[in-house]
Amino acid sequence: MRPEDWRKMGLRDDEYKRIKEALGREPNHLELGMFSVMWSEHCSYKNSKAVLKTFPTTGPRVLQGPGENAGVVAIGDGLAVCFKIESHNHPSAVEPYQGAATGVGGIIRDIFTMGAQPIALLNSLRFGPLHDERVRYLFEQVVAGIGGYGNRIGIPTVGGEIYFDPCYQGNPLVNAMCVGLLETNKLRLGKATGIGNPVILAGARTGQDGMGGATFASVELSEETEAPDIQVGDPFTEKLLLEACLELIGNGDVDGIQDLGAAGLTCAVSEMASRGGTGMDVELSKVPCREEGMTPYEIMLAESQERMLMVVSPEKEAKVHAVFKRWGLTSTTIGRVTEGGMLTIRMHGEIVAEIPAHSLAEDAPVYYPEAQEPAYLKTTADLPLATIALPEDYNTVLLKLVASPNIASKEWVWQQFDYQARTATLVGPGSDAALIRIRGTKKALALTADCNSRYVYLDPYAGGKIAVTEAARNIVCSGGEPLAITDGLNFGSPEKPEIYWQFQQAVAGISEACRVLETPVTGGNVSFYNEANGEGIYPTPVIGMVGLLEDATKYCTLSFKAAGDRIVLLGESFDELGASEYLALIHGRVQGKPPALDLSKEKALHRVVLSAIREGLVRSAHDLAEGGLAVALAECLFEKGIGARIQLSSNGLRPDSLLFGESQSRVVLSLSPEKLPALEALAAQEGVPFQVIGETGGDELQITVDGNQRLNLSVAELQAAWQGGIPCHLS
Amino acid sequence: MKFGIIVFPGSSGDLDAYHLIKDVLDAPVEYIWHEASSVQGFDCLILPGGFSYGNYLRGGALASCSPIIPAVVDFARRGGLVLGIANGFQVLTEAGLLPGALYTNADGRFHCHFTTLRVENTDTPFTRNLGRNQLLSIPIAHGEGNYYVDPATLQQLEESGQIVFRYTDEKGQVTAEANPNGSVGNIAGVCNETRNVLGMMAHPERAGEAVFGSIDGLALFNSILKYWEGSK
Repeated sequence: MRPEDWRKMGLRDDEYKRIKEALGREPNHLELGMFSVMWSEHCSYKNSKAVLKTFPTTGPRVLQGPGENAGVVAIGDGLAVCFKIESHNHPSAVEPYQGAATGVGGIIRDIFTMGAQPIALLNSLRFGPLHDERVRYLFEQVVAGIGGYGNRIGIPTVGGEIYFDPCYQGNPLVNAMCVGLLETNKLRLGKATGIGNPVILAGARTGQDGMGGATFASVELSEETEAPDIQVGDPFTEKLLLEACLELIGNGDVDGIQDLGAAGLTCAVSEMASRGGTGMDVELSKVPCREEGMTPYEIMLAESQERMLMVVSPEKEAKVHAVFKRWGLTSTTIGRVTEGGMLTIRMHGEIVAEIPAHSLAEDAPVYYPEAQEPAYLKTTADLPLATIALPEDYNTVLLKLVASPNIASKEWVWQQFDYQARTATLVGPGSDAALIRIRGTKKALALTADCNSRYVYLDPYAGGKIAVTEAARNIVCSGGEPLAITDGLNFGSPEKPEIYWQFQQAVAGISEACRVLETPVTGGNVSFYNEANGEGIYPTPVIGMVGLLEDATKYCTLSFKAAGDRIVLLGESFDELGASEYLALIHGRVQGKPPALDLSKEKALHRVVLSAIREGLVRSAHDLAEGGLAVALAECLFEKGIGARIQLSSNGLRPDSLLFGESQSRVVLSLSPEKLPALEALAAQEGVPFQVIGETGGDELQITVDGNQRLNLSVAELQAAWQGGIPCHLS
Repeated sequence: MKFGIIVFPGSSGDLDAYHLIKDVLDAPVEYIWHEASSVQGFDCLILPGGFSYGNYLRGGALASCSPIIPAVVDFARRGGLVLGIANGFQVLTEAGLLPGALYTNADGRFHCHFTTLRVENTDTPFTRNLGRNQLLSIPIAHGEGNYYVDPATLQQLEESGQIVFRYTDEKGQVTAEANPNGSVGNIAGVCNETRNVLGMMAHPERAGEAVFGSIDGLALFNSILKYWEGSK
């Protein structure tokens, strides 16, 4: 082997040395290829492992934490929720439809691999500004690809988030989350156990697509980046695979199961054997291939979609093949589980690779990259409020804010997703959290995905903390108790100390919030190298959160329901304009620190809101986020077309801070007047600031501050601006 | 009476229809695997939504060649009730049980949202419990629901009362804005000449519980049940 051989595959010189030591000899070309994909950042987390270990990952409900295909938490009644988020950023930058589609397909497989019926999909998307033609192409195709896969497989896409910022221009983010439901005793893991047990490969045939995808995911994009053939998704085959696998798992016919994703067969055989403390003897001539004459290298590294590997007991082997046949799928016994931990790969009987499974799956080096506080923070941190001119016309500001694609209605997007499939969606896209009823029980799940990456950019620790907190607040405003999170950590190159510092800080912030809010991390995905031509994206750790409603009838949505209701603001407002959408959009400045967050105050707020919803005190609840109080109030008007009259006192705050600032731990509620005393008592008991700020009614949003009218807009005008915010950029 | 829901590889609305009939209407219902060759014992067949055979070639085209289809055609010819929903509607046109074809939506995009359907004909087993011009709020979820028939057939459909539903605005007006997919004449549902086979793109099985936004779909299923009672 020459240095260029391993360097071309993305391996470092010291990594090659380590491979030689593990084998006690030089690897051949195939073995080197298998190491290169398994030791890529994408598969091995070699740059992130040490930091990820600091996440809180345990809790009374956690049945499966990080390290498996997906996390699992118990929800009572013998049921559990299985969920995970995963990125498909680089493929989507190159071939947006298929990149996004296969991202959805991959995350669905991760869920049913665990024995769970997928019941909902969410997504978190980031693009450059929509005035750019290429961005519009990426945006429209990614949306079509997500719908194209989710709709065809019959799993509703019920929520998500989308932001537009120049930092994502060359490197969009496409994170897909899937949530599944399983009976606790049906949980299956990706473990190869039982010496002599057959190893069965099922689903699509193996082709030459997606070769080296894991390595591609682990480099920066530039004009010269050579993209591999992006995998092509086939949701029809995946649907059949899903039905067949769940039937087999449901009947107890499967001992261990894992899907084939990044690094294809190499990853599945090595991880399953490694987790089971076993080895495998695999015959590649048995693998059904799409092309004639595929080489062992191609078969082991291809990332063809819609494939599953399972280990079953010998007496079940024939039955398993029969079930796949009934579903019209190919399945083949390609090998056996062996003792001793060695992965023996053969072609027509001849050994073509022989590697300890553990070396591939677990022995990648762990790096502790250098971290250094980014220089930009010194210039962005300070935001003298005196340098921000007060708006002359607050109406114009609010109209601009609600029409900003970051705040505007995402209806254009989610109407392309079948969010009602499986007839269980109580609340679909466009609310604080989606709600899915669990058939056969009284329960419902609350689901959300959140991250304000501008916050994370301007203070990674605070931003990470706020991302978790905002997700939890969204769950709570829907009536759910936050249970656990999955994280999609999207960052630039970890080899740059300033980026690695962002990563460390964001993880620390997420961990702190998860500890206090008691929402452990059950898994997730790290996507580094999100850079285009040397420029990193904003650090974007997306938090996917699952919450539980014991009583599905006691949920809440954000819109005002009736005229004459009182409007209450819980929480306290400060002169906080740093990192706000208002500052960026109206004043063109990405500056300052994100708003302060006190997690104990946040928890108290959650207790008040949850009790109020459960006791039936409130008719609506909405958390305050981008655009602050004025935007939150506007969003409450649209569904029913009910206006509001609001009287605020500034208490010394700037009017723009009061209206558009993004102070944390605040929620807007509406309720009938006679319920006010009960709510006030609840808030007082928890020490949560409580303020009646107005009442619903009319067809305008009127806001006065200290008696001066600052805002007066018709609901219709606001709604038109809000609804047109995205379509106006498209043809 | 007993409902049978035909399950093709790639069907997904089978679950929704089954749930509505069993859990909401408390009526007998069973799945029928597409490889079955008989539909004996069933009184109403439902061809559900989804993407049978991945909708490869054309929506419903491959499913219309499925082993079960001759039995469905025979059942329909003998007057059996057949309801095709979304992909099931596509299968029925491909199988020749209903006139016309369903193209890709006019704007090229998948649409999932509530629509208003106006009842055009109450003299069918599926709509006898409804009033003429009654408005129903029923959701759609499809990318290929753009109904087309040639002008001569359209006129014939109009004259013979085969147009069962049209997309309208909330006031019952047939407008271009209310047409979600470009269907000719805003047609949302058609039946055969003998009125025992109905195809529609909207999903009545998703409009059966108030918590999901509408119970207007129930009226359609209740019509079927009532028709059956009366015909016994």
